[in-house]
Formats: sequence, C-alpha cells, structure tokens
Amino acid sequence: MKLARVAGTVVSTINEPTFDDQKLLLCDYLSPDGDPSGGYVIAVDVVGAGVGETVLILDEGTGARQIMDKKVAPIRALVVGIVDDV
Amino acid sequence: MQLGEVIGTVVATEKTPDLDGVKFLIVQPLTRDREPTGRPVVAADGVAMAGPGELVYFVASREAAQAMPEPFVPVDHAIVGIVDQLDVTPLPTKRRKR
Repeated sequence: MKLARVAGTVVSTINEPTFDDQKLLLCDYLSPDGDPSGGYVIAVDVVGAGVGETVLILDEGTGARQIMDKKVAPIRALVVGIVDDV
Repeated sequence: MQLGEVIGTVVATEKTPDLDGVKFLIVQPLTRDREPTGRPVVAADGVAMAGPGELVYFVASREAAQAMPEPFVPVDHAIVGIVDQLDVTPLPTKRRKR
C-alpha cells in the first residue's frame, strides 16, 4: 500500500457500471515525510475520506475486487484507510 | 486510475478474434493538473461512449480487460469513465520530484 493525500474529487456520470454510486478521489502520492513524491492516482473511496486527508492507497486488482465484493471489475486503486499518524 | 485525454481513434480490421467489436481510442495520459505526461496509449473504450477531445479516466494492466463484456481479452488499457467535473486543490509545495 502507499501513502497519499487526497487532492480532490472526480465526478463522472458516464462510467463503467463498477463505478456507479462510488466516490472517486484524486490522491497525490506522498513520501513518508509527507511531501508529494510525484505521481497521483484516482481511487475509489471505501472509507469516507475527504480532501486534505492522508490516506492509504491499495493499488492491486484482486484485493480491490475482494473489497468491492465483485468477481469481475476493472478496478485496481482503492482508498482503504485514513492515516492518523506516520 | 489515471486521467487522460482522448486524442484519436484506431481502426484495426485484422486482429485477434477476442477483440472483435472493441472500440480503440488513443489516450494521452495527463498529470493531476491536466498536463500531458508520457506517451499516448491505445485504450479500449470500456464505456462505449468516449470520443476525441474528452477528459477520461482509464485503468491500466490486467484490470483493464475486465471493463470489456468478455473479461478474458488481450486489453491492457481501458477507459472506464468520462470526467464531468474535476476539483483538485493545488499541490502544497513546489518540490515536485519525478
């Protein structure tokens, strides 16, 4: 998993059905000292994170599908935790 | 998933039969600030409604094929959504390493 900070939201109405009613967050990857390390990911939020929060990103398909309870879904990145302290 | 802009279409008549009926688009990957980054990729259209000029998000790797009606196909990038609205706060520091 990777550390990231939520930078914003992505809204779409036309999407693959997997993403219906899901909240998409654009998250900047962070180094352990909290600086943006370059790169970002758009991830589905399953924990209720908000803009500005430091979060844990899971970027692996099988685990993501397991959490989303789907056998087949084009999904890889999830926000799976809100970080209190590093 | 990453942001991208659709910059073109690809037509291929001769292809592996698994890809029959799959629409291919050329997607330029974008940074969080919507600047082009890296080389364009050919992506399958998982929403069947994307077209040139549109801001989309796409998934790469094995998961891309799962956006297709038949999930066991040779596809490594797929558009899975068309972006209506993007709200992104500026990066807090200018120390962007890449």
